[in-house]
Amino acid sequence: MMIESILFYVGAIIVAPFFSAVILKVKAFFGGKKGPPLLINYYTLIKLLKKGSVYSTSTTTIFKLGPIVSLCAVLTVLMFLPIAGVKPVFSFKGDIIFVLYLLGLGRFFTIAAAMDTASPFEGMGAAREANFPIICEASFMMILVLFYKMTGNFNLSSWFSDTQPMTLWQSAGSPLIFVVISLFIILLTENARVPVDDPATHLELTMIHEVMVLDHSGPDFAMIEFGAFMKLFFYATLIARLICPFNTGHLAVDVSVFAGAILMVYVAAGITESVMARYRMDRVSKFVMTSFALAFFATILTLEFIG
Amino acid sequence: MNTVFLKIANGECVERKRIPHLAFSDFRDGAISIVDSGGKVVQFFAYQDRGAIKMICILRNQKHLYVAECDAPERYPSFTVDKEPFHMFEREIAEQYGILPEGHPWLKMVRYHPNFRGVEDVFGNDYTKDIPGNYDYYQVDGQEIHEVAVGPVHAGVIEPGHFRFNCIGERVLNLEIQLGYQHRGIETLILGADQKRWPFILENNAGDTSVGNSLCYSQAMEALTGRSADEGAGIIRVIALELERLSNHTGDLGALSGDVAFLPPANYCGRMRGDFLNMTLVLCGNRFGKCLVRPHGVRFPLTDDIRQTLQERLAELKPQVKHVIDLLFSTSSVMSRFEDCGVVSRDDAEHLGLVGPAGRASGLSYDVRRDFPKEHYTSLAIPGNAKPSGDVYARARVRADEMIQSMEIVESLLKSPANTTCVGNDPLVLSPSAFVVTLNEAWRGELSHCVLTDEKGKILRYKIKDPSFHNWNGLSMALRDTGISDFPLNNKSFNLSYCGFDL
Repeated sequence: MMIESILFYVGAIIVAPFFSAVILKVKAFFGGKKGPPLLINYYTLIKLLKKGSVYSTSTTTIFKLGPIVSLCAVLTVLMFLPIAGVKPVFSFKGDIIFVLYLLGLGRFFTIAAAMDTASPFEGMGAAREANFPIICEASFMMILVLFYKMTGNFNLSSWFSDTQPMTLWQSAGSPLIFVVISLFIILLTENARVPVDDPATHLELTMIHEVMVLDHSGPDFAMIEFGAFMKLFFYATLIARLICPFNTGHLAVDVSVFAGAILMVYVAAGITESVMARYRMDRVSKFVMTSFALAFFATILTLEFIG
Repeated sequence: MNTVFLKIANGECVERKRIPHLAFSDFRDGAISIVDSGGKVVQFFAYQDRGAIKMICILRNQKHLYVAECDAPERYPSFTVDKEPFHMFEREIAEQYGILPEGHPWLKMVRYHPNFRGVEDVFGNDYTKDIPGNYDYYQVDGQEIHEVAVGPVHAGVIEPGHFRFNCIGERVLNLEIQLGYQHRGIETLILGADQKRWPFILENNAGDTSVGNSLCYSQAMEALTGRSADEGAGIIRVIALELERLSNHTGDLGALSGDVAFLPPANYCGRMRGDFLNMTLVLCGNRFGKCLVRPHGVRFPLTDDIRQTLQERLAELKPQVKHVIDLLFSTSSVMSRFEDCGVVSRDDAEHLGLVGPAGRASGLSYDVRRDFPKEHYTSLAIPGNAKPSGDVYARARVRADEMIQSMEIVESLLKSPANTTCVGNDPLVLSPSAFVVTLNEAWRGELSHCVLTDEKGKILRYKIKDPSFHNWNGLSMALRDTGISDFPLNNKSFNLSYCGFDL
């Protein structure tokens, strides 16, 4: 079983960039364009890895540490993630808290690296990046409270592996719809997608995430990009398991069902990006707050049901 | 009404001795009283005539243009203290001729170059150093204040300009704009250049306004040679100018949409902009209309074949344009970004003297095509287009409305043949001691060229005023109390020219 988990872990790392390209394809489709090839992200990563890195003389070790720490944090996070219902590499009671703070650690180092450059844009981006995910964290915590309430367990694998998602639906169907929406908002916020952030813009004054990594180049930037693909994959997996909670026991069937579900999540993200403009910066927190409100509401509802 | 200033017409050749030569105090009082009664500054510059420095001022009100000149004192009480529309012009004069406007509220360099006379610099700059030289940017103090400097090298492929924001958190308190990075010295270049080079230098003043610039130049030369273009050429010129407006407005709407991350219109507009540019290509062989408009006419005819091609393409494009405009303005998330963003009130617009779409968006309906028409515009009805709100939405809406109108204008003009005799490169013999000012509604607004000749018929002074010269301060005003993340959106909604300003 352990071998299987490790294989899935490695597989997830390998396919994460592919799924991110799906979003680009969907956006291109809505824009009436052909779009980049589906393997574009691999090409980009290879291109970046071949390059050298440029470091400003005003930066310190923190700046170089940023990409490494954030990549390692995400790599570790994926070890706790039950992919396609298969048990994760590691799992222990309360691992979800560990996972959340690993993501927080990664973010902390990205922000620290951005502040290290002393560029006014990067400082601004760091302030925004520190601001919005706080609300995400709160709504994530609320979702954890809900899941704990429903199952009495407190680790990722007990909620998302095997047939567990189905059990969640059976114990609290309708509030779980709120959780799915809430998680989707968290996905958009944490991964700097429209309507929170615009990953395609080149305008440094409006960016949130992109502006923080403006000074990184070459392999450093590749690490950041790679980390971003996997982070998106992490959130997409959680949602995919919730919207498609079936588990037949046949590995091949489960994997294809899971692949279809996760593709749906990415396509949904792509459609969201295509059909709406991004929010004004001061409205973003209200949008993110919606995820908290939904999670909170879902929890209240289940308190009533389960008692 | 002020009668000290001489009333002139757009593109009218005036003997220089007919221009009232006033004492400075009369000149100042006269200019201020015209602006006081709702007039605006079209041009205000200094020139050197046989060693003497003179200042000449061209003003407009709703109906007429006025001109007068005076001997320039070394220092004079600033006009800006009384009337803001003189602001940029006085700074320009101070930079070009080292004449000090005393009491000017914000005397700083415009384009950062030594003055033409070689006298002591008003700003105390050492021009071997980089911009900004001897200049401290406007500062705001406070613990929570932070300053953001953007440019002159930008993340996107745009022209160089430096923007300095004083912010409190995400809110902008003040935006200071410093240009001049593309100063090529066009006004002095013209004086030394062979006349065959004139049209090329001028239409490349701002590449996106090639037709506008070459039209202003050609009209000025026609006035100075006393030979006007035929009627057919007038129609072709209007078609070219409207196509230029169409392609640029389409590009702007797409860019606005792209800035709020709403992709479909951004992509479609990008393609349609190309379609409009290609229509200009059909007309004259250049996508930007270069080498089309020349003194006394145009260089390429509007044959029946071309007319038919253009008609077909326009018929195909028109519904598409309308559709994209509808899509953009009916998307609520786009509207929530556009509305109430970067408001310039009508009062502020009046004070700053905004022109073109930016002015119309703030309720100033001034349009050269209607108020001082030349060419075929005399027989066209141009609607007012003024919008009350002054925000990004208004600036986008003005563009959208003008696109529809321009397509209708071009459509109607293509219906009947425009017969013209194409012009070649005949040498120009300019009337001596003459003056002419030409105005055209280029896509950014009132573009104006002014030419003065000496006794031998040589150009004494060539002055260009791009509409951006008026409007850059409008952008600064729009950003007051607006989120800094909305700057790119506002900047795009004005879409001003850097090179047209920098000359």
